[in-house]
Amino acid sequence: MPHSELPAAQAQPESLSDLFWSFTRLALQGFGGVLAIVQRELVDKKKWLTREEFVEDWAVAQILPGPNVVNLSLMIGDRFFGLRGALTALAGMLTFPLLIVLALAALFAGVADSPHIQGALRGMGAVAAGLIAGTGLKLIAALKQNPMGAPVCYALAAITFIAIALLRIPLAWVLLVIGGSACAWTYRQLGALHQIKPTP
Amino acid sequence: MSMNLHLTLTSADWLALFVHFMSLSLLAIGGAITTAPDMHRYLVGEQHWLSDAQFTSSVALAQASPGPNVLFVALLGWNVGINAAGGPGAATAWAYGGLGVLVTMVGIMLPSTTLTFAAARWGHQNRELRAVRAFKQGMAPIVIALLIATGWILAAGNAGETGQWPLWLLTAVNALLVWRTRVHLLCLLGAGGLVGWLGWV
Repeated sequence: MPHSELPAAQAQPESLSDLFWSFTRLALQGFGGVLAIVQRELVDKKKWLTREEFVEDWAVAQILPGPNVVNLSLMIGDRFFGLRGALTALAGMLTFPLLIVLALAALFAGVADSPHIQGALRGMGAVAAGLIAGTGLKLIAALKQNPMGAPVCYALAAITFIAIALLRIPLAWVLLVIGGSACAWTYRQLGALHQIKPTP
Repeated sequence: MSMNLHLTLTSADWLALFVHFMSLSLLAIGGAITTAPDMHRYLVGEQHWLSDAQFTSSVALAQASPGPNVLFVALLGWNVGINAAGGPGAATAWAYGGLGVLVTMVGIMLPSTTLTFAAARWGHQNRELRAVRAFKQGMAPIVIALLIATGWILAAGNAGETGQWPLWLLTAVNALLVWRTRVHLLCLLGAGGLVGWLGWV
């Protein structure tokens, strides 16, 4: 499918400070990982990205080394304001959370043994796991637009889940074998689509 | 804290710490947490710069606090600094802690963010290329499945400690709520914390 047929994102950040505070807000809401919040805020609410753009950027952020959400904020910041935007988004993502985690470490030293605190951490951990899985389930809808076709995508997703979650195969192998095959197949499909239906 | 170590770090040691984290940076595919086992081997096992308890609580605290999970690296660096200063009560504790944060965080982030910035920019400028589109769209089902698998693995890690089904149920209910409703995520986390505080899970 030609890129131009995908609906473009409707909105964008107004300024560097809008970008900084938006990412600070995202980071401060993200307990146990920020991805669920990024999807909800930037795609569903602010509409800086479409669901499809988000999945594509997320793929790049995931494949490259480094913290995924940090990579994603660099890419989004760069998209709107270049290098300054990338650094601003990065600063927003890290500054306040860093101060908070250091403060928590100081406080935690006194209460680490309380069963209530341990219980609360355990409960929040279980919820955080659910938030990440639920975000994945929600993004499945984005696969309907995929040139491989939805059934092939669902099958690839199922195989990947089994390989990583149940068989615990190292990520590098999964990306190389399953990811490599999927990219090769998509490349073929894009060529076939191009011949049947040339880009207008 | 009794779990603190007392040690002396030379500038060569700080440089070694920096170089080690730089080298891990480019290996951190799928997030910095994937290199945590090697950090443990280096900091706790090989160099004895951190105690086991300090390492474990750094990871758990970073998971439980807001922001990217990579901040566990900052806590590792902070604790190495505190140990080098001679404990949290030392006059120089904050200065050394800050140095530890700087050395570990810049080390783990600089190589990977530089690569990401260059690669993502190239990819965006060439986004109409068939190979670039094939890569991004071909990877889509895999990265979506990775998210669901990450949730699964975290849930299994949580429930593994207690072996109880209520934690799985809590995770599953929240996955459904995120998927199907627009309930605010902080409400969900607050409820999870409360349920745990009361000892129900």
